[in-house]
Formats: sequence, structure tokens, C-alpha cells
Amino acid sequence: MVSQACTSELLFSGSDWNFAKLSRVYEEIEALGLEELGLDIYPVQMEVISSEQMLDAYSSLGMPLMYRHWSFGKRFLYDELLYRKGARGLAYEMVINSNPCIVYLMEENTMALQALVTAHAALGHNHFFKNNHLFRQWTDAGGILSYLDFAKSYIARCEERHGVTPVEAILDSAHALMEQGVFRYRRPPKLSSEQQREGLHERLEYEERSFNDLWRTLPPSPGKSKQDATDQILAERKKSLKLPEENLLYFLEKNSLVLEPWQREIIRIVRIIAQYFYPQRQTQVMNEGCATFVHYTLMNTLFDRCRISEGAMLEMLRNHSNVIFQPAYDDPRYSGINPYALGLDMMQDIRRISTAPTAEDRDWFPDIAGRGDWRDTLLDAWANHRDESFVRQYLSPALIRKWRLFMLADNADEPHYEVASIHNERGYAKIRSALAQSYDVGASRPDIQVIDVDLLGDRRLRLQHTVKNGLMLEGGSRDATLRHIRNLWGYDVSMVAVDAETGAMLGERSTKEV
Amino acid sequence: MPIFIDRRLNPKDKSLGNRQRFLRRAREELKRSIRDKVRTGSIAELDRQHAVPIPRKGTGEPTFADDSESGRRHHILPGNRTFSSGDIIPKPGGGRGGGGYGSGSGTAESEDDFRFVLSREEVLDLFFEDLELPDLVKLNLKQVLSFKPRRAGFAASGAPTNINVGRTMRNSHGRRIALRRPKQAELDAIARQIAELEAKPASALVRERIAALREALDRLERRRKRIAYVDPVDIRFNRFDPQPLPNANAVMFCLMDVSGSMGEREKDLAKRFFVLLHLFLTRRYERIDIVFIRHTHLAKEVDEHTFFYRTESGGTVVSTALEEMHRIIEQRYPVAEWNIYAAQASDGDNFAGDSERCIELLDRKLMRLCQYFAYVEIIDERESHIFGATENGTSLWRAYNAIDGKWPNFQMRRIAAPADIYPVFRQLFARQPGLRKSA
Repeated sequence: MVSQACTSELLFSGSDWNFAKLSRVYEEIEALGLEELGLDIYPVQMEVISSEQMLDAYSSLGMPLMYRHWSFGKRFLYDELLYRKGARGLAYEMVINSNPCIVYLMEENTMALQALVTAHAALGHNHFFKNNHLFRQWTDAGGILSYLDFAKSYIARCEERHGVTPVEAILDSAHALMEQGVFRYRRPPKLSSEQQREGLHERLEYEERSFNDLWRTLPPSPGKSKQDATDQILAERKKSLKLPEENLLYFLEKNSLVLEPWQREIIRIVRIIAQYFYPQRQTQVMNEGCATFVHYTLMNTLFDRCRISEGAMLEMLRNHSNVIFQPAYDDPRYSGINPYALGLDMMQDIRRISTAPTAEDRDWFPDIAGRGDWRDTLLDAWANHRDESFVRQYLSPALIRKWRLFMLADNADEPHYEVASIHNERGYAKIRSALAQSYDVGASRPDIQVIDVDLLGDRRLRLQHTVKNGLMLEGGSRDATLRHIRNLWGYDVSMVAVDAETGAMLGERSTKEV
Repeated sequence: MPIFIDRRLNPKDKSLGNRQRFLRRAREELKRSIRDKVRTGSIAELDRQHAVPIPRKGTGEPTFADDSESGRRHHILPGNRTFSSGDIIPKPGGGRGGGGYGSGSGTAESEDDFRFVLSREEVLDLFFEDLELPDLVKLNLKQVLSFKPRRAGFAASGAPTNINVGRTMRNSHGRRIALRRPKQAELDAIARQIAELEAKPASALVRERIAALREALDRLERRRKRIAYVDPVDIRFNRFDPQPLPNANAVMFCLMDVSGSMGEREKDLAKRFFVLLHLFLTRRYERIDIVFIRHTHLAKEVDEHTFFYRTESGGTVVSTALEEMHRIIEQRYPVAEWNIYAAQASDGDNFAGDSERCIELLDRKLMRLCQYFAYVEIIDERESHIFGATENGTSLWRAYNAIDGKWPNFQMRRIAAPADIYPVFRQLFARQPGLRKSA
């Protein structure tokens, strides 16, 4: 046994934890993480909570502070029921993308679990939050807690002043549009007023230089019809409203005709929270994979260095294997692809490819195969990818074979599925691309944009749903959501469904009809 | 070094506010659940927490979502064993795409699985809602029994303010005797002897005697120091037990006409009437018996289920029920030990000439025994404005009207809707000392 050869001292023994042990373990794991994997993390704040408090945290989207809304109460009841019935365990930890990075530890955890959780959340997730480009660009880790604090007290003040019911109505409507309340692409930074002035100046100068009085004497061309004029007005209007606009909440917040300032502020709060969570939705596999890879690697290293007893290691491995359990598609326990399992397997696969590649790997991954610098490759992947691009880039044929992945084509009009590809030479690329596609949050959500509104006419807000692959919207929820938009807009709203490929109009629905 | 914060001692129930908002949102549906509970459960059962299904109506959170029955998709699944590309697999469940592979889980759970517990307070809130009780009364009914500390012997531990000096000193005295703690008088006597001897001329014998006495004095003094005057083991504290207030028994008689003319609606109203009285009594009395007497032309004591759910055919002779009640009081509930409350519900029908007998029974016998007698006549909603005036009405009504004037603890009322029930009890609630001002 290795342990007999070891001389170094165990980090902890026994299953009870205390703050001294937690602190010692954290120091050790942090040092190891920085040295062994080159991690780069926010300072950590560990908070010990009870199971009830964990349930509380679940229901408020995992945030330590949240404004009050009935839907959180409903979620709490469901979570509590599932927990009490034993249908679902609670997470051992919860981690918040903030600076300092807040990690919740459950008081029921044993010391071994606390060590595992520390490596998983305080190192793995923390590194990912700090370094992944999506989080860096879209979220403000330093400011989120104070923003939530502001949001909570602002909404409480609104409830005091305007009553609970009107505030609830705005929140209901805004929540319905949370999916459509994010910017998927960064807009260019706004010019400062100085730059704007400079631009104006330049333009005037250019006009002066290129001035030619002759242009004025040209007769208006007879071909210019009325049609062109209306087109121009339309284009003008769209330009002034910056249409088309994909972020419905943003559009309503800025342009709604009926909202009071406090109502706009509430919409803004919901929109900012939606935007804050958007990167997390796009990086589930990577985030969990990164955390799982980190805890697995660090715990094994600690064990090899004899800092952890065999009993504790066994307990960790048991929990680890529960987390990364992936049943096959026909297993009753199957509920989709487990992001922990996929993420960990892909990252370990990257390590294998860069240290012990096969000929196939050299073929598929000429950049990384056999170079041995798996740490840098992983750090680079964690920093610069999201789930979709990560799968597209790094899912190897070996892994597709290991998981025995296959692709079903599902056409709603047909009474059967067709097996489109399986894990063979012809299928690898297709499976990889389809799996990547399924992780593209932007593409898998209905694409709905504001295309036009006639502010001088009937003020009808016109939306367009771009239908991809014939996926229509579910009727009941669509009508209910349209009603919510109407509440926020104040006038009628209509939505046309347009096929993405042919441009053919597939249907129109207006709030007049619902 | 990370920052550690122990949050376990933070206030719990952070999401209580959200829960209240959710309950308010789903109020109508929850009220229906509670109404069903009142209808099907027993009278005494209401006053506690209840599990109810999570309401669905009014609590939907719509978003734009793809219709699972349209379009073309690709599913990537793990664990292929037998398929090769081009295979055709029939869809499970007649062509619903996607859903078969776990994407729609969670919504398929049957409604019965999702029941959550409403606290007693929340249940009562919902129950009170259309009874239109004044707020003070609601508060009073929701209040758990108040307790008064009552002396209950002694304890070896407690707060310093509760030290029982007499008992403590008695213990101390007993211990001092048992351990033979030298008394001051003994010491004084020896000291006196020494003083006397020292006054005498000094001789060897005297010196020896003085030395012996000094030694004895010294020993006694040391012993006295070792054995404390009052030792911690002597101390006794007064012990108090919380005692519910007031400490008395009540019996509640539920009288109801069960002849064919009492339909489902009438019985439902009557039941709420009984529940409210019961709630009131549970707040005031520690022990409550409920006696159910139903009558047609014959009266009989029955159990609760029979009382509410079994119909019987026959005429209507109200006095039989009163006689039965009187008989039961005589037999089982001596007035000296029991507070007697009676609640009678009827649709007002009575056998011709029997009403006089009722008056006599009540006036001569029952009203002397009862703390309180409430009578409700359940009428059709359409009739409620016809019977605006109290004078005219059924024979029973007219008869009881006479009693109403004579006995202050008799109350009667026509009810057509739940909101009409409370006024019957107004006096009952008003009589509570704390409520006198508001009445």
C-alpha cells in the first residue's frame, strides 16, 4: 500500500468538521490548485448554512438576496416537497459568481465532503467564473451583490408606495419575458459625447469639402415612386427605434408608452438579472466539468501525497461517482445528458489526447495531440469557450464511441424516429455538430424580435418569430405571454411567424384575438 | 485565508414572505380546498394544519416555448447498443416527439403527489374569509390557549429570583444537624471556660487544661469552616408549571333537523355554524365534548358522520331533540361541572302545535342549564329579503322569538350565506372581557 510509504501528515481525520480543519484544508487545496493546475481565483468567502437555508437559497435563484415574488414561494414549496419526500437530495454546496466568491457549505456534510466541495466550488467554479470570457464580459462579479441589495429594497419601496398588486403585475409580465430579455451579442460601446461631437464635426467638414451646387439642379427622377417614400419613412422609423430589437424587455423598458418610471426600473432589474444568468446557462457543461475536473484532480493528488486518509478518499469517490453517473437513454433514470459527466469526460479526454494520443487523435486534433501541455490547453478552453463551441471543438471520436452516442432525427409529422447517425466514421462529425447545436442557448430558444411599431398610427407593436426547422410556439403559453407583453406595451401586440429559410409567413397572432 | 461566516444562526424562514404572496395569489383555489375539508372532515379537525394540493390555477408562469408537436429536431442520446444509421423506430405514445426522452419530466407528476402543508393559522385565515368575522374576533380565535404559571413543587435548579428561602433554610438546617456543624454557642462556651481558667493562678494542671481546650476550640472552628452554613445543595427553587386558562370543561350540543327538506347546501351552512362555535369553545375551554343530536319526528344521539351524511325520512318534531338534550344533560353533564353550549340548525319546519312545547322546554328547563343557545334557520338565498323582518316566519321562528326576548343568552338568526353566520355569535364573542370595548 502506498500509505505505508507515506510520511506526511493527514490533513484531517474523522468525519466531523470544524473551522480550523476547514481552513487548513482550504489553504492546502488552494496552494495545490494554483501550483498544480495554474488556477486563478477570486478571494473566497465560505458560509456554513443549514438545509433549510439551502432550500431558501434554491428558491431565490440561488442568490443570497432577492426581491419578493410569489413565484419564488411556489418554487420553494416544490423544492421542499421533493426534498421532504426524499425524491431529491440537496446540493452539497452552492456557489455564487461574485467577488469575493461566496461558497455555501451545508452543515450536514462530513469533513471529507467539505474538502471535496471546497475543491469543487471554491477552486473549480471560482476559477471558471473569474476567467471565462462570457462571465468577464457579461457579468459584474464585484457589483452583483450590491445590485441585488438595491433591487430588493427598490422593489420593497415600490410595494410600499404603489401596493403589492401593481408591482406583482409588472414582475409577472417581466418574468414571462426573461428569456427574451437578454442581449445575445455585445453592442458597440456608446460613444462619449466628446467623440460624438468630433464625429459630427468631421461629417460637416466632409460635406463642406464635397459640396457641389450642381446636385441641386438635377430634376427629381421620375422613377422615384411613392412606394420608395413610404419605404424610406419605414426605414427612418426603424432606425430611430433601433429596430429590429431582440431584447424585448430592453425595448419595452425604453419605448413603452404606458409605463411609469418606477415600472421601467423594475423591468430593468429583471432584465439585468436575466442577463447576469445568461452566461451560466450557456456554460453548464464547461462550468460543472471544470469544477469536477478540478476536484477530481486535486483530491487524487492530495491522496497520492498522503494528505487524505483512504476512508475519506473512498467517501469522496463515492460521492464523485454519484455526481457523474450517466445512465443510458433507455434507462428509467435517464433524464438527459449529465453535464458533470460530459464535462469531466471531455476534459480528461483532452488530457489524454495531449499526453497519449492515438493516430486518430493526431488526425482530429493536430494542434494539441501529443504536445503534453494539457494544463494550458484546458486553461485556454475554460477561458475562451462556451458549451457549444467547446463541444464543437473538443468532442473526440474516442469519446463518442465511449459514450456510444447516436443521433435520432425526430420529425413531428412522422410516426417514427430515424437513427440519423451513430458512433462510426461517418457519424462523428454530425453527432458532434448536432450536440454542439443543442447546447447553443441562443439558437435553441425561440427567436423573437421587435420589428416595427407605428407610433403615429395605431401604436401596434409588431413582433416576428423566426421559425427554425418548423418549430412553432406552443399556443396556450404563447397567447398568455403575448398578453403580458400587451400589459407592458399598453397597446395591441401582434406576432408573425416567418420561416427562417424560405421567408414564408406561417401565421400571425394578435392580442386582439386572444 | 478564506473568510468563514457561520450563517446557521441567521433568522430562518427567509422565504416566508414569498410563501405568503403565493398563498394570496392562489387564494381562491386554496379556499375551495379548505371548504372541501370542512365539508368532508369532522368539526374538531379543522383547527390544525392541513395538507392541500399545490394550486395550479392563477399560478402559471408562461413563457414562449416550442410546441413539442411541431418541427424537426435532432436528439443526441448516449448508450446505443443495437442501432445503426437508417434504422426506423416507432415513437412511443403515438407520435409525441421529444417528450419520451425525459425532456418533459416534472410536469407529468400527478397532482396528488404535490401537497403542501398549510399551517393552522393559514387554514383558519382561509376558513374565516367569507364568514366576515371582525378582526379582533379572528385574532382571538387564532390565539392559542393562554397559560398561567402555577406553583408545582420545588426544583433543584432555577432562576435566582425563584429561590424558596424557607425550603432552602430547612435543608440547610437538616444538613447542619446531620453533619454536626458546631454551633456558635459551643464555641462561646469553650472560649468562656478558657477565659475563666486563664483568670485563675497558673499551674501546670491549668495550663494543660487550657491547651486541651484551645485545641478543641481550634478543631471545632475548623470543622465549622468546612461545613458551610448554606451549601449549594440546600438551595431549592419554586417550580412553576404553565397551566392553560381557564381550566374548565364544556359540552357542545349540535342539534339539527335531518328530514328531507335539509339539502346539501343547508347542511354545509349548518356545519360551518357548528365549526365556528367549536372553534370558539376550543379557545376558552380545555376539554370539549360534542354531542350530536339529530331529529326528524324522533331524536337520537348519533356520531358525527351519521349526523352530517345520513338522511332520514319522517316528519319534524323539534321538541324531541330538546328532550333528548335535556335527558343527556341530566345523565352525563352535571351543570356544576360543565359549561353547556347548544347550537341548533333547522330549516324552520315543525309539526303543528309542537312549537309551544319547545318554548316550554326551553323556558322552563334548558335555558336555565345552558350558557348559550344559538339557533339558526337556514333559508334560501332568494327568500332572504322576504324575511327581512324578524316577526313573521315559520312557527318555530315565531316561537323562538318569544324566548329571544326573555333570555339574553339565547340568539337566533336566519342565514342564507356564510357571511350571515357570525352575527349569531356576536354576543358570545363580545362577552369576552378583552373584547368588551369593541362590541
